[in-house]
Amino acid sequence: MEIIAQRPKSLTDLQFTYCPGCTHGISHRIIAEAIDELEMRNQMMGVAPVGCSVFAYKFFDCDMAEAAHGRAPAVATGMKRARPDMHVFTYQGDGDLAAIGTAEIIHAANRGEHISVFFVNNAIYGMTGGQMAPTTLPGMKTTTSPYGRDETDIGYPIQACELLNSLRAPYFIERVSLLSPQDILKATKIVKKALQFNKEERGFTFVEFVSTCPTNWGLAPLEAMKWAKENMLPYFPLGNFRDKSIEGGE
Amino acid sequence: MAEKVLMKGNEAVAEAAIRAGCRLYFAYPITPQSELIEYMAKMLPKVDGTFVQAESEVAAINMVYGASGTGRRVMTSSSSPGISLKMEGISYIAGANLPAVIINVQRGGPGLGDIQPAQGDYFQATKGGGHGDYRLIVLAPSTVQEFADMADLAFDLADKYRNPVMILSDGLLGQMMEPVEFKPAKTKEEMEKLNKQHYDWCMHPNEDEPDHHHHEINSLEIDPLILEQHVIKLGKKYDKITKNEQRHEEYNISADNKVIVVAFGTAARIAKSAIDQLQEEGINVGMIRPITVWPYPYEAISNVLNDKIKKVVVCELNLGQMIEDVKLAVNGKLPVEFLGKVGGILFTPDEIKAKIMDNRGE
Amino acid sequence: MKTEIISSGFGGQGALTIGKFLAKAGMREGLNVSWLPSYGPEMRGGTANVSAVISDRPIASPLVTYPDILIALNQPSIDKFGPNIKEGGLLISNTDMCPHGTKRKDITVIKAPMNKIAKEIGNMMVLNMVAIGIVIGKTGIVKYETLEEDLSKFLKKKNPQLLEANLKAIKKGIEIGKK
Repeated sequence: MEIIAQRPKSLTDLQFTYCPGCTHGISHRIIAEAIDELEMRNQMMGVAPVGCSVFAYKFFDCDMAEAAHGRAPAVATGMKRARPDMHVFTYQGDGDLAAIGTAEIIHAANRGEHISVFFVNNAIYGMTGGQMAPTTLPGMKTTTSPYGRDETDIGYPIQACELLNSLRAPYFIERVSLLSPQDILKATKIVKKALQFNKEERGFTFVEFVSTCPTNWGLAPLEAMKWAKENMLPYFPLGNFRDKSIEGGE
Repeated sequence: MAEKVLMKGNEAVAEAAIRAGCRLYFAYPITPQSELIEYMAKMLPKVDGTFVQAESEVAAINMVYGASGTGRRVMTSSSSPGISLKMEGISYIAGANLPAVIINVQRGGPGLGDIQPAQGDYFQATKGGGHGDYRLIVLAPSTVQEFADMADLAFDLADKYRNPVMILSDGLLGQMMEPVEFKPAKTKEEMEKLNKQHYDWCMHPNEDEPDHHHHEINSLEIDPLILEQHVIKLGKKYDKITKNEQRHEEYNISADNKVIVVAFGTAARIAKSAIDQLQEEGINVGMIRPITVWPYPYEAISNVLNDKIKKVVVCELNLGQMIEDVKLAVNGKLPVEFLGKVGGILFTPDEIKAKIMDNRGE
Repeated sequence: MKTEIISSGFGGQGALTIGKFLAKAGMREGLNVSWLPSYGPEMRGGTANVSAVISDRPIASPLVTYPDILIALNQPSIDKFGPNIKEGGLLISNTDMCPHGTKRKDITVIKAPMNKIAKEIGNMMVLNMVAIGIVIGKTGIVKYETLEEDLSKFLKKKNPQLLEANLKAIKKGIEIGKK
């Protein structure tokens, strides 16, 4: 019998615990597929964050460490420095990476650590029940911004790619989305590219996924995707910010 | 026998750690421990080791967490305010059953305090500091030689129990120079053995199918029933450590002791000179010096008590922290007196002598 | 026998090195030694000072409050530590930088123009070696030969001229100390 599709080897056979319509499952899968295709699994170590994807350490079938909230890039630094013969990635949400872990991500990027960071931006704190994230859009209502995010009071959403792009060391920075099949295909290519660079020890690679949170946004999955396209993409434009592998990519 | 060298405590413990097989060190500068980070920055690259000056103590301890997860000997160091920042990571390291060595070169607190020697972090080191039910093995040196020797011991204990170990030193031991003799460095064969000792649980390169492993470095157990079992297991480990690893020194204990002094670290070395001076005057005062302040040598203290002893005098460079453990050991049988100094100021042997004489009941 | 020493001066005069060389020589001769610098922001500006203890018994406290010997390379050092010298103790003062000296009559004072001597030898860096020489000449707590051996070990090949200047300064100090 011909196998057309199957679970990537780099995912365990545990069932995902994510909400219906959540895009974490997609980003997990495309990362796992890329690890398989690049034959990196036997030398791969991942770092899971605190947030909805806290159980990522159970889902990826390679060696995994669970980090304290925001500290994944520091933990990954320790892992990569201890085992330079292995590959390391972190998987982090917006609260984890762009709020509590701001120092760790900036400095890991600034040192040009040879790790890949996968950043899931859905503009909200999911696990704790829909509070305001550093990436919550202006005017957007959450449980801790019940009258809408007031940027004159609490500041504007943080654009992680743009922020990291001000540093010299990062090798590859790109923002993709998981908002349509075409976008997912594009994201698959970019994830594979980042991990290819990781395998080749080129330097720090960063991929941001513009994602959704139907549950906490209070929208059906397809509506959530539509909402994200209309509201998030203008603020978080897709595209490559840095690619040192091509001329003028810096 | 190895040649004696004159070295600062901060440098001696760094050298000893490298000899003990530490090839990974992550830290952030702070007085009075900066010679330690500087020594590591200079020496680790010469032995193919890795030094990273982290962006914060928080990052440094999390780098330790990651590196320890690969089963390698790893260390960080700081002084009091920086150790407070590391407490989050220490709790995670303990929760994830990871070995690691943390050095605290204590200074005056609370807050920014000052940069002089103090022992105000006793509670933090021995009673928690971070969140949750966990224990740190805490070693308290009182000479530069002992400080250096403890690097080796700390790594061995950390690996044996898969538990973080703290060396609770202070600015005096860090800054002062004394003669030190080092143990020989680990050989290449010993290093290879050390690096693979934790392969049954640590993150390391995988074999192809069917031997593929999935090792998790983790302190999260969302199911209360599973967490309960995890914490009970930790408790059993702490019981074992308590049973096996208590260390103390007895000094001038004799049948005619009327006062027993209990002191650790720098306070103990000053108390020793008070005891020596009194001995020259014909007065025998005994001392118990806890070397492990966790697990605490309660029995060692209760065992020396007898009818002739009138009082126990505790000397610490704080407002009175270890005295609580001494009282537990004495268990109400005798009065326990206290002599303390704070602000990073040391007591003199004369002050300790006077305190002892006040309490001999003559 | 226990000798407690404070060595003090402006940063760069080599006060800390005096303590270190004396302690190191004591260690080589099988004695117990300790060396404890003052540390922190203060060391950039005011006096840099160090406590050194050389003893035939284990050293309890490395912090010297009441020194047997104060080596003062500048006046602020005498002002700060002079009053604490033990009765019958020794003050070694660098007269070039200590215009006011001390008023104490219950201690021995050895004065030497260390800047001038160092200049005559041709290297200001050996100023502190004159002070070490005076300690050896006056007290004999460590031997000249031990220092010569120690200095030769790392200077003979690297900088024989500096070694020569150092030894000359120590010898000059011993001469002054013995007077």
